[in-house]
Amino acid sequence: MTPARGRWRQNVPLHFMLLPGLILTLIYSYGSMLGNVIAFQDFLPSRGLFGSDWVGLENFKYVYSLPQTGQVIRNTLFISVMKMSAGLIVPIATALLLNEIAKQWFKRTVQTLVYLPHFMSWVILGGILHDVLSPNGGIVNEVLGLFGIEPIYFLGSERIFPFVLVGTNEWKEFGFSTIVYLAAITSINPVLYESAVIDGANRWQQMLRITLPGMLPIIILMSTLSLGNILNAGFDQVFNLYNPSVYTTGDIIDTYVYRIALINGQLAVGTAVGLFKSVISFFLIAISYTMAYRYANYRIF
Amino acid sequence: MVQQKTIGRRLTAGSIYLLLALLALLCIIPLLNVLAISFSSTKAIDQGLVTLWPVEFSVRAYHYVTGNSTFMTSAAVSLKRVFLGTIINMVLTVLVAYPLSLESKNFKPRTWYVWFFVFTMLFHGGLVPNYVVVTQTHLIDTIWALIIPGAVPIFNVVLVLNFMRGLPKELAESAFIDGAGHWKLLGRIIVPLSKPVLATVMLFTVVGHWNEWFAGIIYMNSPKHYPLASFLQTVMVSIDITKIGNPIELAELVKLNNRAIRAAEIFLAALPVLLVYPFLQRYFITGIVMGSVKE
Repeated sequence: MTPARGRWRQNVPLHFMLLPGLILTLIYSYGSMLGNVIAFQDFLPSRGLFGSDWVGLENFKYVYSLPQTGQVIRNTLFISVMKMSAGLIVPIATALLLNEIAKQWFKRTVQTLVYLPHFMSWVILGGILHDVLSPNGGIVNEVLGLFGIEPIYFLGSERIFPFVLVGTNEWKEFGFSTIVYLAAITSINPVLYESAVIDGANRWQQMLRITLPGMLPIIILMSTLSLGNILNAGFDQVFNLYNPSVYTTGDIIDTYVYRIALINGQLAVGTAVGLFKSVISFFLIAISYTMAYRYANYRIF
Repeated sequence: MVQQKTIGRRLTAGSIYLLLALLALLCIIPLLNVLAISFSSTKAIDQGLVTLWPVEFSVRAYHYVTGNSTFMTSAAVSLKRVFLGTIINMVLTVLVAYPLSLESKNFKPRTWYVWFFVFTMLFHGGLVPNYVVVTQTHLIDTIWALIIPGAVPIFNVVLVLNFMRGLPKELAESAFIDGAGHWKLLGRIIVPLSKPVLATVMLFTVVGHWNEWFAGIIYMNSPKHYPLASFLQTVMVSIDITKIGNPIELAELVKLNNRAIRAAEIFLAALPVLLVYPFLQRYFITGIVMGSVKE
């Protein structure tokens, strides 16, 4: 047997191993990519994919003409950018603070506790937040009442709803990023700190001149990777916290698609918006991964 | 490092400890508040007396919830989903990750396969196309609609693949010299050595399946088939009248609006995750670092 043939024979099992995953991915991932042709049809479920008429860009033109579309895109971008900013500030600050802690048990306990909300689903947290933020009897408004502040309808006021989204999302997720940044800090060479101390630097200067620059690669990496996500303002969260009175500032692309497609039954129009979002996201993700690969040597595989 | 224990330094250190303690408490106080409400009497709740500890202790809410057949049926659906879903996910993850972890020179089609799978991370079908595919493959209203579409979690595959790559090449070489094929190598050597990453991935998969709620809502036709997370979504957030068919269900849902009962439901649904959490603790830090920080 030649080496090449021997290798091929030997690798046949590998193809069998990949086969089930291949088939399932083909059907459910690639199959649904193809399903996007619905966006170009006057789709009727009874007629199916191959029986519905083609209407070209009609559905897209219709969506473009709706006044809410622009609003929804603006909301999505605003909420996303706020979330990305908070997602940098809070975890980095927390990681820097945690780094100053000497007592290991305290450090570990804090890490354990701050990471907990990440594991709660937005259904559970939605239930908790609806209760906690309620204008009648919710604990937050009770505490505000002690300071003489009137009850605030957090989930019903369109002015503050986006900020409630950003704040509660940060509360849920900052633990995750904190741990990543903390790991980055601990990988900084201790010799740098020692020589800084010899040169007379205090903790504050050490943080500014050594710790922060040392974290910069990871910070840039995390920011770059999150770029691809900018059109996902967090469907799970918004869906479980929003209601019609906050649609003007809280409605995002994914919740908009959900209502158009599944509540209104306009499947083709919903697909059109979804396709638009997927295409743009594709370019953003591809660009962000390419940048991460070029500048930070980040490889997925 | 020797530091001067000046008043200023003590004060800074103290305030840092305080700040972090407050932050950590902020993360569990809402949960404690809901837990306390679930064990309190309706009177105490309505009077706003409950903060972090039950007032007028009562297990009435839990009696009601565990007696509620819809809640318990949904919990059973979730358990079934977690069991089946985790097994299928783990098996497929390992089967896909292993061939992709090999080097291109040993397995030529590798790069092609990798791009095939990774491309699905870049471009998604979307809500309606996914729904159409699930309908066409006759999974609607069955538990498989919750399991099959997400059966190959590419993100986990990538984690496991990278870990397997880090294992010494000599293992494979000596196994091949001894006459073992890929299956034996995978089963006898690679998988046992990959326990850390597999444990991490399995725990995240279990939690993911338990918490996932959207698929249940769109793919199931009857609330009887909802997993627990989906059932909770319908009673918890807003009573969406468009989803309720008959008046009996509506009356039941209105009764469920009682704060203590909702609190008990929240806590029971969160309980499995809380119980698993200490085990997650051991693995998640390495897990995140593996997934995010690359050389």
